[in-house]
Amino acid sequence: MPALIDLLLEGRRVAAHGGWPRVRVEPAIWRFAAEQLGTGHWTLLGLWGEAGERLAVHLALLDETQPGAAVVSLDCPDGRFPSVGQYHAPALRLERALHELTGLEPEGLPDRRPWLDHGRWDRRFPLGAPGPAREEAPYAFLQAEGEQLHQIAVGPVHAGIIEPGQFRFTAAGETVVRLEERLGYVHRGVESLMAGTDLARAAQLAGRVSGDSTVACALAFAQAAEAALGLEVPPRARRLRVLMAELERLANHLGDIGAVCNDAAFALLHSHCGVLRERVLRAADGAFGHRLLRDRIVPGGVAADLGADGRAALAALVAEVRRRFPRLVTLFDETPSLRDRTVGTGIVAPALARRFGAGGFVGRASGRGFDARRLPGQTLYEGLAFEVPVLETGDVDARVWIRIREVEQSLALIEQILAALPDGPLAARIEPAGEAREGVSLVEGFRGDLLAWLRLDAEGRVVRCHLRDPSWFQWPLLEAAIEGNIVADFPLCNKSFNCSYAGHDL
Amino acid sequence: MRKLLFESLIRLPLTEPPPAPEQRELDALAAALGERARRRLGRSLAIREVDAGSCNGCELEIHALNNAFYDLERYGLRFVASPRHADVLLVTGPVTKNMREALERTWQATPDPKWLVAAGDCAVDGGCFAGSYAVEGGVAAVLPVDLTIPGCPPRPVEILRGLLALVAPLPAREATRGATS
Repeated sequence: MPALIDLLLEGRRVAAHGGWPRVRVEPAIWRFAAEQLGTGHWTLLGLWGEAGERLAVHLALLDETQPGAAVVSLDCPDGRFPSVGQYHAPALRLERALHELTGLEPEGLPDRRPWLDHGRWDRRFPLGAPGPAREEAPYAFLQAEGEQLHQIAVGPVHAGIIEPGQFRFTAAGETVVRLEERLGYVHRGVESLMAGTDLARAAQLAGRVSGDSTVACALAFAQAAEAALGLEVPPRARRLRVLMAELERLANHLGDIGAVCNDAAFALLHSHCGVLRERVLRAADGAFGHRLLRDRIVPGGVAADLGADGRAALAALVAEVRRRFPRLVTLFDETPSLRDRTVGTGIVAPALARRFGAGGFVGRASGRGFDARRLPGQTLYEGLAFEVPVLETGDVDARVWIRIREVEQSLALIEQILAALPDGPLAARIEPAGEAREGVSLVEGFRGDLLAWLRLDAEGRVVRCHLRDPSWFQWPLLEAAIEGNIVADFPLCNKSFNCSYAGHDL
Repeated sequence: MRKLLFESLIRLPLTEPPPAPEQRELDALAAALGERARRRLGRSLAIREVDAGSCNGCELEIHALNNAFYDLERYGLRFVASPRHADVLLVTGPVTKNMREALERTWQATPDPKWLVAAGDCAVDGGCFAGSYAVEGGVAAVLPVDLTIPGCPPRPVEILRGLLALVAPLPAREATRGATS
């Protein structure tokens, strides 16, 4: 099995690219990389295109055996490139989206149905040479054939306070035979809005890609910009970033644990977890001035300092969660009617999680222990001790337990940071590089690894920025997880995944 | 479980006193709602939330209204699953082009009398997504808005204040009207 490093020797290294190496390769090497992905070598981290001054497609790859990551690029002056999706299914939706946004043509792409472009925009190919709008047409859901099958259409407006998207179930009686998702309803055109703006405006947009991951998105964007500009973030700012990232993880996991129980009709845990989540948001507000910590991470550092009061609030928070949470975990563990719903429900096979490179609790509940915080070259968590929990069963129950363990790890990380917070400046000064620069970063959000890639021009404006949410590789697994389960267990499965619509639709 | 339940019995409630509706919101409502409509609006309101392209930040804070600290239902305000059961649509997001029809159809499915609240900066005027090829630029570009609640996202207490303005007792409104006319 070839190592990623061998592939890099086949290409021409791009000089002004920070983070990991980026190489430009010939079509044959591109195709080889796609085939290798298909046979299970390496993991797909991202696939995006640019159709501005240059026409090119980029493939971000991860080598998990000899840990390392790289970007492989193919210039496609005629606007065509060999489809990766024809060899590797996880690339299918990324390629459909890439085509609709840039107009670049993935040759051999087996699924030509529109994904983000529902035929309602005023133009086609917004990131490329815009053409007349696509014609609206009914979406051709995949067929399931058999006796006495019926379909259930759900969405895009769902029966709760949640994001919009469409689910089409085919069921035999109570049992789901096939689920197919249709997304793109919350596509806001973030990448187009970023093009040509300064770093401050683009950072603001990055922080509004996905509300529950505003810290992770802003951090991924900031780190990519810093990698591009070769900026060193001051030690205090680095620690405050980790603090914010772990507060975000804590709040989301607490909310999710309660919400999964609620979807199994166990409201007591939902109420108690809701109280703890609210306490995290209030402590975050007291410490940094925003409940969700929006706009608190900026390129160069952080925009808010932690004072003595904030420190005390966070210490009190950790003590409170440490006091209350273990009893909630015991209650979860010892309530048979609840475990009856979660154990064995919505199983994701480890092989599938590995193939899709599923991150976060979806991957870790199915035996894939990858954590971007541990990727070589990611130095943000240096000097901090934490464990990455991994389970093998891949069911709703395992995804809850991963969250429970990660709550404990986040508490420990917050304590470590509060105990030894270095003094010093909050941000490094940003100077334009005077030349075009590029950078990439991978950040572990509460859902999993989030990729950010950008190119800046000589004045420091964003030419092209791409953000890949972890949900891209988790949504397809939800379709697999629900197969053979009863329709009534879908909310439970869905909540245990808690994929982002906004982060995916961009 | 027994321990937790017993403890909840003896522990003081976490629920906080209600915030007073803000003058700004009451004024906006007085202008938006006819007298007849206001008289028909009871103390109990069913709200249907619609995400029309939000980043999900507003949804998180709307969710928080149901936790023990805010306990929205004590005011007779509750979230319902169907627009057919709703008096109020609470809309977030800049209204993406891909969600426009779904939002319009949800509004059409809501029986009269009905009110429309736009929550969050995006819903007010498109927020930082205004000008994109993929958004309409706020709820008012698509449907008649009765009340706006700005913020990115608005804090739960701000959302609560706005919604309480909808159910504030009539005398308070009369006073407001008197003060503003």
